[in-house]
Amino acid sequence: MDLIVKVENLWFSYKSGKFVLKNINVSFDGVSTAIVGQNGAAKTTFVKILKGLLKPTMGDVWINGVNTKETTVAQLAKVVGLVFQDPSEQIFKSKVIDEVMFGPLNIFRDKQYSYQMAIEALKLVGLDGKVNEHPYDLTLSERKLLCIASVLAMDPKVVIFDEPTIAQDRYHIKKIGELVLELEKNGKTVIAITHDMDFVFDYFKRTLVLHRGNLLVDGKTDEILQREDVLKAAGLDTPYIFKISSSVGTVISKLFPI
Amino acid sequence: MGSTEKIKIESLTYAYPFSDKNALENISFSIMPGECVGIIGRNGAGKSTLCLALTGLVPKFFKGRYSGKVLLDGEDVRQISYEKLVTKIGLVLQNPFSQITGARITVYEEVAFGLENLGIPRDEIKQRVEAVLKALDLWEKRDENPFELSGGQLQKLAIASVLVLQPEVLVLDEPTSQLDSGGTKEVFEIISQMKSQGITIVLVEHKYEMLVEYVDKIIFLQEGKMIAFDEAEKIFSLPEIDEYMVGEPIYTKLCKKLNLKNSRGYYPVKFSEAVGILREARCGSDR
Repeated sequence: MDLIVKVENLWFSYKSGKFVLKNINVSFDGVSTAIVGQNGAAKTTFVKILKGLLKPTMGDVWINGVNTKETTVAQLAKVVGLVFQDPSEQIFKSKVIDEVMFGPLNIFRDKQYSYQMAIEALKLVGLDGKVNEHPYDLTLSERKLLCIASVLAMDPKVVIFDEPTIAQDRYHIKKIGELVLELEKNGKTVIAITHDMDFVFDYFKRTLVLHRGNLLVDGKTDEILQREDVLKAAGLDTPYIFKISSSVGTVISKLFPI
Repeated sequence: MGSTEKIKIESLTYAYPFSDKNALENISFSIMPGECVGIIGRNGAGKSTLCLALTGLVPKFFKGRYSGKVLLDGEDVRQISYEKLVTKIGLVLQNPFSQITGARITVYEEVAFGLENLGIPRDEIKQRVEAVLKALDLWEKRDENPFELSGGQLQKLAIASVLVLQPEVLVLDEPTSQLDSGGTKEVFEIISQMKSQGITIVLVEHKYEMLVEYVDKIIFLQEGKMIAFDEAEKIFSLPEIDEYMVGEPIYTKLCKKLNLKNSRGYYPVKFSEAVGILREARCGSDR
């Protein structure tokens, strides 16, 4: 598969001059990837760079073959979609359908096509029965799904989730996880930043560990999440399933795939 | 009639203004002094509304349709003045940004704000703010701007600004939802400290693996109704619990699949107990 996102020798600093991302080299294809790291690891900064909202201080980011320095955020929006952590920062229309149609209309798709895309996206997240409701009459979890639909309606190749499980109940964490699997199956490149290690274990094949702006490791989720040394260095927890495995002295994940 | 309950709720039904739907429906329970009680349920179950009702903000601030009673030390919250209420019961909101006043520019002043509003003498304010900041390990940060703190520190500051009022009951609405594992552990350590000081605690939390280690009992809400109010292992062993799709601690799920129960006949909810039972089962199967 083509490398849809390619990051080469990326360094980034805000105005202070201190580098918050240091020499990152990584690429993404169709495999769903979790970027983990504790609060302050520069996860959100990294995602903003992928979305083109911030430009590299040094190095390059290529999205679909185009250098983010040589294009606009509007152009990139056709390829990269970002689901915000807090739905209330993303929602601003007074009707569910208008909220979801806003994205495609904004990148100059025609009205009929935008409507179709919106309905399809709402079906995928299970909100097609609520097209005429006010977003703030929905529950917090439904608003999260609405935000996901708004991004999917633009049909981006890359879908980025910023902390998708925060403040969600267990049922909806599972639902969001299943959406990740579905999107991956449909050929999307899914990237999520999170510190929910059990969510990572359940739904992502690949994991990157970020710590204080450094990319510590990049590899298969099953292998990385068992490396207690790496997780500890990055201030992360081992998923409960591995804690149980090592305490009981057997490989629970093989015995019992959750 | 010496009622000893710290909190008593009698047939509480409540709907927000302009809403036909009951956010809470016929809720009744009692909490004894010093108990630590968890509230679980899916998003929209009424957990936050119940927190608002416990602290009197429903119906004093959020009007709407209200029937039944919330009693604090036997007194109806509607009859208690705000000045008295804030020293009896404190509420820590889910999002610290909603809690921090922003009216003060240092951590120290932010924590002192509540006491200043109550007209507490200056010397006492100094003592109390210092004690709380030291207890929560924020003393070093006292001259910093609240909005320059990390997420974990900001959440601790929100808790400090409530604790400084020395409430007898502390209500926390998903206090760790924005935090990573380090911040989550810190918040639970504070909760454990408060519990050992005899403060009554009510806590909304989705991180069951942490919650069950601290609570005496759990209130389980679903669509505004109280499904159960019981010990954690009994709640997560309810035969119909799967239908509510509320989830369970990960190792409880594992023990359910393997049908492993503890000596009391319930699925284990605590880590150490689950490990013990799983080890035993493994030894059995090796033989």
